[in-house]
Amino acid sequence: MGVWFSLIVVIGLIVFPLIGVGLLGLNALFGIVVPYVALVVFLVGLIYRVITWGKTPVPFHIPTTCGQQKSFPWIKYSKLESPATGWEVFMRMFLEVVTFRSLFRNLRTEMGPGYRPVYGSTKWLWLAGIVFHYSFLIVLLRHLRFFRQPVPEFVSLIDSFDGFLQIGHPHLQITGVTLLLAVFYLFLRRIFIPQVKYISLPADYFPLLLIMGIAGSGILMRYFLKTDIIKVKELTMGLATLRPKVPDGIGVIFYIHLFLVSALFAYFPFSKLVHLGGIFLSPTRNLANNSRMKRHVNPWDYPVKVHTYEEYEEEFREKMKMVGIPVEKDVEEEKPEESEESEQKE
Amino acid sequence: MAKAAKPPKPEEITKSLDYKKTPETHWMDTPVEFRPGMYCYGTRPKYLEEVGMPNPREWSSADEDWKLPENWKEIVLEGIADRLNKHRSFRLFMDICVRCGACADKCHFYIGTGDPKNMPVLRAELLRSVYRKYFTTGGKLLGRVAGARELTMDVFKELWYYAYQCTECRRCSVFCPYGIDTAEITIMVREIINLLGCNTDWIMGPVANCYRKGNHLGLEPHTIQSNIEMMCDDIEEITGIRIEPTFNRKGAEILFITPSGDLFGVPGVYTCMGYLMLFHELGLDYTWSTYASEGGNFGFFTSLEMAKRLYYKVYAEAERLGVKWILGGECGHMWRLWHQYLATFWKPPDNLEDPVSPITGTKFEHANSSKIVHVVEFTADLIRHGKIKLDPSRNDHLKVTFHDSCNTSRGMGFFEEPRYVIKSVCNHFYEMPENTIREKTFCCGSGSGLNSSEDMELRMRGGLPRANAVRYVHERYGVNMLANICAIDRAALPTLMQYWVPGVEVCGVHELVGNALVMTGEQKRTMDLRMEPLPGVEEEEEGEEEE
Repeated sequence: MGVWFSLIVVIGLIVFPLIGVGLLGLNALFGIVVPYVALVVFLVGLIYRVITWGKTPVPFHIPTTCGQQKSFPWIKYSKLESPATGWEVFMRMFLEVVTFRSLFRNLRTEMGPGYRPVYGSTKWLWLAGIVFHYSFLIVLLRHLRFFRQPVPEFVSLIDSFDGFLQIGHPHLQITGVTLLLAVFYLFLRRIFIPQVKYISLPADYFPLLLIMGIAGSGILMRYFLKTDIIKVKELTMGLATLRPKVPDGIGVIFYIHLFLVSALFAYFPFSKLVHLGGIFLSPTRNLANNSRMKRHVNPWDYPVKVHTYEEYEEEFREKMKMVGIPVEKDVEEEKPEESEESEQKE
Repeated sequence: MAKAAKPPKPEEITKSLDYKKTPETHWMDTPVEFRPGMYCYGTRPKYLEEVGMPNPREWSSADEDWKLPENWKEIVLEGIADRLNKHRSFRLFMDICVRCGACADKCHFYIGTGDPKNMPVLRAELLRSVYRKYFTTGGKLLGRVAGARELTMDVFKELWYYAYQCTECRRCSVFCPYGIDTAEITIMVREIINLLGCNTDWIMGPVANCYRKGNHLGLEPHTIQSNIEMMCDDIEEITGIRIEPTFNRKGAEILFITPSGDLFGVPGVYTCMGYLMLFHELGLDYTWSTYASEGGNFGFFTSLEMAKRLYYKVYAEAERLGVKWILGGECGHMWRLWHQYLATFWKPPDNLEDPVSPITGTKFEHANSSKIVHVVEFTADLIRHGKIKLDPSRNDHLKVTFHDSCNTSRGMGFFEEPRYVIKSVCNHFYEMPENTIREKTFCCGSGSGLNSSEDMELRMRGGLPRANAVRYVHERYGVNMLANICAIDRAALPTLMQYWVPGVEVCGVHELVGNALVMTGEQKRTMDLRMEPLPGVEEEEEGEEEE
């Protein structure tokens, strides 16, 4: 159900520029206004999100420890899984972000023989996730050549590495294909793994289908419906230098591609895709396991009502004295005007 | 109140589990069904009144009408808003989940029930859907398409039901690529539940007890003393040595606090006997407190504020008695809290000093700020320095495995110290399969205040993965003793073992220490701490020299 809804929306997003540019000739709207608006929404939205999270306090020190704590010198502690210093936290975060370590740990629970659950290693989700994210990153970096003149050296370098197979003309770039394959896998698992299907929302299918649309239109444009690359670069350089113009003669497929990319950017801050920024702020990962070494202060701590020792002794003094447990006040000299009220302590 | 339902037979549970099957209807259209045996009773009003919490009234969680104030919805939504602004974890975890499903089959309750709402991701979605409806633009505008839903009474009851089918064990957060911790979400949901006075009786009772009497069990000072003296009687019978512990003694070097579960009932008391024997043998200058007589904290299963209120006693008593540092007994959630929360709740008083072992001189530098040391750390250090004489053969009748408690594992990183101690006092130690121990350990199924009798089926189901791993080493190596460092484990695991793996008993690590500890001037041991005859001893010749 969520799939169909998302599919219809993505088709809608393709039809828009098809009509807008193909029939109505609104090239400036789709070539200039929409990308600018999308970019602004993306930047403002994402920054707003990150600032909101960042402003929200971390009252307690709650790292998830996945390895041995630092205690005695004769016990080796896990610097990555139970970091004790800032540098170790940095390494934990760095490896989490660049290698998806937590996901790499993934296990699959199955009902084994004799109705006993068994836990086996499973790396498919990790693999698809890694391939997807890195392919996307490289594809994005490759696209810098449309926004810089001359094309930066590292971009050309990536380009040539990416096309090292030298198949076809222009050379087939591997990341385009791996991106599409990985997204397709991530999509299929949402359809075919029953648990994953059960938890999936339209918001899960939609970005996958949208990215398929983006990768698909890009591949179509590069290899099949050849587009005038010089003119495309004229347009993109115009965008990059804030002197926008729309040259004639760019095929509608380009506008479809650009519109889908814009849709992704504009959608980004309102969606789960904000995990891009969120992961850096996750308190279960980015705190050191040192709460007994260094006091963590709760910025919004407030006084609470407590039951003091005096109140306790008041109630149990006789019983304590009876068995010889020392008391603070002897009952004979007890003063009855002692306040019964609990104290507020901070 | 309905009678507690008997759990089905073990094979009825396992045969009904099919992880590949999901319900016909979408989860939003599948109403929650309160099945007896799967939830706890609602709290009695007197407990709420005793600690001044809202909405005390007679009610039952099985009732249609929960007798909530008219503006309950407002209270819930304000409660959510307030917490979104106070806890980065909560706000972030509401926003960034991508529903990749890595957590789905990591939860012991999901593995034991097959109920998809027990997949951590979906448990969180129960609240996330409400969050979207009232706190995000997309959810407000698009409703269900954006994964949002109205907060209704049924939804509130569903949040309640599943907040008490989560033990806050954090196993899911190990596997989540963003570290999303369902415990953080469950803690928030339970706080909100408590704004309406809907805690369970099993949690609220201990909270009220602990607030006034100092411990969950409601043991009064003279009872604490007599319980411990009874243990000393047993120790005398076993070892011939009379131990005279002190209570509320000012000027002691160390204040010792352990969960009150160790003071009452088996096998907790055996662990406590282990502490008593060890401290006596060392001549440790320490004291018990009847006021701060609880290491655990059921307040944590209620609200963070209640946790703070209950833990006031720890440092306050350390200050009153003028001790130098605090030693803590074997307990799971207690150590999550002592390690990660206590010193944030309350500033350690100035009279406390950096903890140093008076026996070995070891500085516990990793506890220099909070001044609290785990008794297993303390003992591991003793053994390392050869300061105690051990005869591990006295544990030769035991084939031991170790259950890592969720809280000490994933909220502290406490793995090697207990293993070091166990291996020093036992000759036969076997690990459970690697995907079920250490940071991947499975909960006992009864943590976070679920260890009641009315939710027995839930507990047996939740404990299935743990029991299954124990069964593996039981069948393979003949393991007959499940050691742990948690009072809730000691209370809950015996029932779980009886149900799934008969023939395996449960003990604390310091019971094993007590068995192996060679005390100065002791008589020849013929019994273990359970006063069961030590195998092999009777056959030995009479009149043999004492060790």
